[in-house]
Amino acid sequence: MKPAPFEYFAPTTVDEALNYLAEYGYDAKVLAGGQSLIPMMNFRLAKPSVIIDINKIKELFYIRENHEAGGLRIGAMARHSQLEHDSLVADHAPLIFDSMPNIATVQVRTRGTFGGSIAHADPSAELAAVSVALGGSFLLRSQRGERWVPAHEFFVGLFTTVLEPDELLIEAKFPPLPDRTGCAFVEVARRPHDFALVGAAAVVTMDNDERCYRAQLVFLSVGDGPVAAHTAVEMLGNQRLTPDLMRAVAQTAAKLDIDPGSDIHASAEYRRHLAGVLAYRALEKAYNRARGDG
Amino acid sequence: MITTIDIALTVNNLHYKRNVEPRMLLSDFLRHELGLTGTHVGCEHGVCGACSVLFDGQPIRSCLMFAVQADGHEVLSIEGLGTIDNLHPLQESFKEAHGLQCGFCTSGFILTLIPFLEKNPDPNEQEIRQAISGNICRCTGYQHIVDAVKLAAQKMPVIKE
Repeated sequence: MKPAPFEYFAPTTVDEALNYLAEYGYDAKVLAGGQSLIPMMNFRLAKPSVIIDINKIKELFYIRENHEAGGLRIGAMARHSQLEHDSLVADHAPLIFDSMPNIATVQVRTRGTFGGSIAHADPSAELAAVSVALGGSFLLRSQRGERWVPAHEFFVGLFTTVLEPDELLIEAKFPPLPDRTGCAFVEVARRPHDFALVGAAAVVTMDNDERCYRAQLVFLSVGDGPVAAHTAVEMLGNQRLTPDLMRAVAQTAAKLDIDPGSDIHASAEYRRHLAGVLAYRALEKAYNRARGDG
Repeated sequence: MITTIDIALTVNNLHYKRNVEPRMLLSDFLRHELGLTGTHVGCEHGVCGACSVLFDGQPIRSCLMFAVQADGHEVLSIEGLGTIDNLHPLQESFKEAHGLQCGFCTSGFILTLIPFLEKNPDPNEQEIRQAISGNICRCTGYQHIVDAVKLAAQKMPVIKE
């Protein structure tokens, strides 16, 4: 239970970090909060020969309003303990705020970071699922240049993202929520703060005629990454959101949009059942909030 | 060849300078380099909470940080609280309310609870259980720990801002 030896660099600027990444690439791991990486190193499931610790890069620790486009910008090193108390997050990305109490224990939230959770791409990560649901995008930078990747294209498989070995996740950007939009996050876990057996994030926007203008429903812990319920959400288009319709949508999502696996914590069948229940709860809560009574 | 790194940090208000391998965990640093064995190592992968200490005043898992990352920072471990003759009110409450049996998890609980009680000087049971949900105790069934926290909240002076 001790990590294998590695070479350690602690750059103080993004440029310096990108230098190390360009030099060591595949052999290196970026150390953000370390709350997933260090356990893997303790078990020697991960044995990087180089660690690039980005905890001293002050320019990555921020949560700010996006003054040009509206919405929110979150620096890669914003810690969970900052996000969970930040009024900007509550105002501009209430879905992120809603999901925070489910994320890990108080000790892990002290160190864990937004960017670390995103780059690690655990299929049970709350922040990955809510980023997809909110239509967020991520800024990736290397010495070759930089690019913005939409969250739904960023996660490509189990613990796998489009990040190249020489790229660093710099920040996340979330668009402003339209008027009459409600968000909700719900999950079921064995113990509070434990990995979710299943979770669901919903974002619902209503038009002036009380019909659904836009909706998003994204699950976690039911696939290799965040899973958007595309088939089910189409049923909501231009409809009045009656309890019957939301129940039908939730059931369709659980039946057609996900392919959960079985493990010692829950069978695939149970996960599917949970997905249906949680999807309904998330949609109902988001809908009520969109109408201003939640 | 293994490269080692010089670090300087404050632990329990004392300044230390050491030369460590980057892979040394903060938990092992406290125990093996400084001899502060009150920080207990349970699972070594961030699940049990036994190794919790305060890092710049905030609770962390010391098994999920490298000692080199503590360079220039401040750590509080259980040795920095009370002494046997002069226990911290939280330690005293754990003793009086039977908040421990084997004691392996206790230092992690107590350190986690210090910033919690500073923020919530009069917590209800739900809040207490939430606060200790990152710490595992296999002896007490938690009930006596909850009692100990309630007792400590009565004993600890409220710091008015």
